[in-house]
Amino acid sequence: MRFGILVFPGSWSHQDFRHALADVMGFQAQEVWHKETSVTGHDCLILPGGFAHGDYLRAGAIARFSPVMSEVVRFAERGGLVLGSCNGFQILCEAGLLPGALLRNASLQYRCQWVHLRVESTATPFTAALGPGQVLRMPISHGEGRYYADPEALRRLNGEGRITFRYCAPDGAPSAEANPNGSSENIAGVCNARGNVLGLMPHPERAAESLLGSVDGRLLFEGFLARASR
Amino acid sequence: MSRPVLAEPRVTPEVVAAHGLTEEEYAAIHGILARPPTYTELGIFSVMWSEHCSYKSSRVHLQTLPTEGPRILQGPGENAGVVDIGHGLAAVFKIESHNHPSFIEPYQGAATGVGGIIRDIFTMGARPICLLDSLRFGPLTEAKNGYLFGGVVAGIAGYGNAVGVPTVGGEVAFAECYAGNPLVNVLCLGIARADRIFTARAGGLGNPVIYVGAKTGRDGIHGATMASETFDETSEERRPTVQVGDPFREKLLIEACLELMETGEVVGIQDMGAAGLTCSSCEMASRGGTGIELDLTRVPRREEGMIPYEVMLSESQERMLVVVRRGAEEAVRAIFAKWDLDAVVVGHVTGDGMLRVLEGEKVVAEIPARALAEGAPAYRRPATRPGWLDVLQKADLSDLPPPADWGAALAALLASPTIACKRDIWRQYDHMLYLNTIVLPGSDAVVLRLKGHPGGLALAADGNGRYCFLDPYVGGMIAVAEAARNVSCAGAEPVALTNCLNFGDPTRPEIMWQFAEVVRGMGDACRALGTPVTGGNVSLYNEMLGRAIFPTPIVGMLGLLEHIRHATTQWFKGAGDLVYLLGETHDELGGSEYLKVVHGREEGRPPQLDLARERAVQAACRAAIRAGCVRSAHDTSEGGLAVALAESCIPVEGEPVGFTGTLPGVLRPEAAFFAESQSRILLSVRPEHAGALEALARDHGVPCTLLGTTGGRTFTLTAGGASLQAEVAVLAEAWRRGLAAAAAGNRDGRGA
Repeated sequence: MRFGILVFPGSWSHQDFRHALADVMGFQAQEVWHKETSVTGHDCLILPGGFAHGDYLRAGAIARFSPVMSEVVRFAERGGLVLGSCNGFQILCEAGLLPGALLRNASLQYRCQWVHLRVESTATPFTAALGPGQVLRMPISHGEGRYYADPEALRRLNGEGRITFRYCAPDGAPSAEANPNGSSENIAGVCNARGNVLGLMPHPERAAESLLGSVDGRLLFEGFLARASR
Repeated sequence: MSRPVLAEPRVTPEVVAAHGLTEEEYAAIHGILARPPTYTELGIFSVMWSEHCSYKSSRVHLQTLPTEGPRILQGPGENAGVVDIGHGLAAVFKIESHNHPSFIEPYQGAATGVGGIIRDIFTMGARPICLLDSLRFGPLTEAKNGYLFGGVVAGIAGYGNAVGVPTVGGEVAFAECYAGNPLVNVLCLGIARADRIFTARAGGLGNPVIYVGAKTGRDGIHGATMASETFDETSEERRPTVQVGDPFREKLLIEACLELMETGEVVGIQDMGAAGLTCSSCEMASRGGTGIELDLTRVPRREEGMIPYEVMLSESQERMLVVVRRGAEEAVRAIFAKWDLDAVVVGHVTGDGMLRVLEGEKVVAEIPARALAEGAPAYRRPATRPGWLDVLQKADLSDLPPPADWGAALAALLASPTIACKRDIWRQYDHMLYLNTIVLPGSDAVVLRLKGHPGGLALAADGNGRYCFLDPYVGGMIAVAEAARNVSCAGAEPVALTNCLNFGDPTRPEIMWQFAEVVRGMGDACRALGTPVTGGNVSLYNEMLGRAIFPTPIVGMLGLLEHIRHATTQWFKGAGDLVYLLGETHDELGGSEYLKVVHGREEGRPPQLDLARERAVQAACRAAIRAGCVRSAHDTSEGGLAVALAESCIPVEGEPVGFTGTLPGVLRPEAAFFAESQSRILLSVRPEHAGALEALARDHGVPCTLLGTTGGRTFTLTAGGASLQAEVAVLAEAWRRGLAAAAAGNRDGRGA
C-alpha cells in the first residue's frame, strides 16, 4: 500500500500523516506537491489538514484549482482511494468529489479537542474492518467543520449508507452535546457513492499512538495492512 | 554618487521632538554624523534609539543577569536563545511582548505578535514547534476588557492555527491595573540541529543582501516608537500603527527559509520586525562588523509613492533580510519562486561599517551601523523606592474576619478568572499539531516529546505581578522559582529561561526601582537554580493616564526530561492514593489570591523565598518522579494549599476525585488553607511507595508531610481547628465554568 500525501501551500498535517503512516504503521508514504500533474505510483491519496492557500476565500475553494486536483479527480473516478481529513475534507467538497459543504462552527470559534465518533457505515474500504456502531476517539481541530447538505442530499446520504461517521457521546449516542461544531445530524464524515472517497473532519493521524491518547485513528488504515500481508 | 539631499520635511526641533528624541540624543546624532541628519536618517535614528529597539533604560540592569551555562549555545544578543538539549539537537526559544498594539487593535495586535516571535525562531534555523502565551487583562466584569480578551485570544488562534504552529500552553491573569494596558507575551520554541544555528550577521564583502517575503506597505510605521510611549484616551487613534498579519504568507516564508538554509548558502539572516528594514540591516551589519548598502528602488512595494523614510520604517509583516554567498542569487530565487514569494537583491555587504541607503543614485541616509545598534544610548536612570510601599507592606493581616463557609470561599477562589480552568481559551488553539504534545494544556507545564528520541521538553510560563508590586525583589525571585517548579512538577529538570519584562514608564524613579529590583531578584534566583537567561524582551511605558501596570516579569522556563515516561501531570489518578506536601506552610497571606478575592485587598508582604529550600524541594520532586513513585505532582501557588489540592482533584474533563486530609500544625485556618508560601509541591503516591518518598525527601533535607488520602465524592481539609468541606462536584463546576461565567455577556463576536 503506497500512500501519496498531497501538500498545498498552507497545508500542515502532511508531516503528521507521514509520521503516522510511515514511521508508526510502516506504510510507504510520499509527499505530492500541489503543482504536480501526475499522481501515478500511489494506491491511496491523502488530503491533509491545514489552511491550503490560506483559506481566505472559503476553506478549500482555492485549493480545488491547484494543478494536482484534476489528477485527483481522475484518480478517484478510476476507483483510486482518496481520504481527506479536516482541510482535506473541505477541499474534497469544494472539488465536487463529496457532497455538501463545511460551514463556520456554530460556536463561531475554532475547536481543538478530543471527540468520539460512531462508525455509521462500513461501506468504504477505510471502515470495512470496523463494526457498525463502533466508537472511535480522535481529535478535531478546525474553525469550519459544520457539515451541511440540503435535506434531499441528506436523505440520499442516509439511504445509501454514505454517512460514515457521526459525533457521539462515549457510549455512542449522537447527542447535541457531543456535536462540537453544529454539523447536520452530527455528521463527521461522508463518502462518495462508490465508497472510494472518504472525507472526515477529525484527525486520524493524531490518534495513531497510545502515547498521544488513542490508537483508534490507525483502524482506518489497518485493513490495508491485513490485505497487504495476505 | 551625490551627497545626501534633503527632499523631505525639514528637520526642525519640533520634528525631532515628535520623533521621541531628546535634545541630548539629537546632539549626539549630529555629533556622529558631523552634520544634521536628513529626514530619513532622523527616522532611522528615532526607531533604533527607541526604548523598544535599544533597551536604553534596561540594558545596564539586564547585563547583571547570568547568561552562561554548559547547555547555552547562544545567549542574549541574537534573535533567540539556543540551548543544547542533547541528541545533537538544540532548542531555540524566546518570548516577546505585543502589549501596545494589542490594546489598540486586539485581534491584529496579538496575531502579529505571534507572527513576529515565530520569525525570530526560524531565523535561527529552527523549525518552530510550539507557542505559549502569557496574557494579562483587566477584570472581565468590564465590557472593554472582555472585548480585548476575546480579540486577543481570537487573534492568537487566527494566526497560530493558520500558520501551523500549535499553541500548547500559557497562562492568563486578571487585575484592574491591566485594564488600560493588557499584556500579550508570546513564547515560541523551535528545534534545530545543534551544529547548524544561523545568526543575524552580515559577512563577506560584496555578498548580496536579499529581501524575501511579503511586499512593503505603509503599515506599522513608527510601531517601535509607539511601543515606547505611555497611553492616554487618544491612543486608539494610533490604530494605523498596528500591522496586519498574513499567517499564510508566514507559513510560506517558514518553509522557504528552512529550505534555503538547507542549501548551505546562507551567511546571515534576520526577520524584519520592529523598525523593519532599518533594524534588520543595521543590526546585521553591526553584529558582523561590516556595512550594508541598500537601494530602496529595488524593494518590492505594494503602495505607490512611498518616500525612503516610509520604506525604511515600514513594519509590514512577513518579511526577511538574507545575506547569501555571492553567486547563490539564482538558487535563492528558485526556492522562493516555488513558494510564490518575492526574493530580490536589494543591496550588498560593504567593508566600511556604514548603513548606506540609496534611492537609485541618490544617497538618502549614511550612518555608521554600529551607532544605530550597539552604539545606541544607555541610561542608568534614577531609581527610588516609593514611599507608599511601606504602607502596603505593613498592612495588618492578623485579624481577618473568617468567611461564613470555608468551602464556599474555596469555590469562589476556584471560580475566579485567574484560577479557573482555561479550557475555553486553549480549545480555540490547535495544541496537538506535530504529534508532540504529551501533556496537554492545563497542567503545571506542557510536555513535548522529541520524535525518535527517548527524552522530551517541558515548558511553563509564569509571573505574578501582584507579588512584584508588593516586593519587586522577592517577586522577581518567585517568578523564576515558580516557573522552574512548574517544570519540575512535570518531571523535567529546568535548564534555561527566556523572560519578558513588562513595566511602566522608566523615566519615573519608582518604576525604574521596581525594574532594578525585579531584575536583581531574578538574577539571584537564576544563579541559585542554575537556569541562565537566554534572552527575551523588555516592554516599558505600560501606563494609562499615568497609572502603571503591576511590574510583571514573565518567565518562560525550559526543562528537559531524560525519558518521556517521566512526564507527570497535576491530577490525582484515582482513589486510595496518599497525598504528601513537600515544603512548609507559613502564615503568609500578603498579596494572596484569597486576600484579593475574599477580602478585596491587595497588600501585605508577598510570601518569602528561601532559594536553597526551593532548589531542594524541586530536586526531591524530580528524584521521586524518576524513581517511579509519583502519581501526580502539583505546585501550590495562587490560592494556596486548598486550591492546589482541589485542582488536583478536578481533571479538565471527566470525573473528579475526592480528597480527605489534614494539615497538621498551629497555623490559623485561613493561612493553612490559602497562604501562598513558596517552595511547596503536592505529590500523590500509591501507599506502597510512601516509605520510598519519605526517604527521598529526608535525603534531600526537605520537610514531607502526609496530608491525607484521595477518593470519595467530597473534599475535606481540616487545619487550625477549622474544617473546609465541599462536594467535589460543586468545586469542579466552579472551576470549570468560572471563566465562562465571568466572561458571559462580554463576548466579542469575532472568532478564529
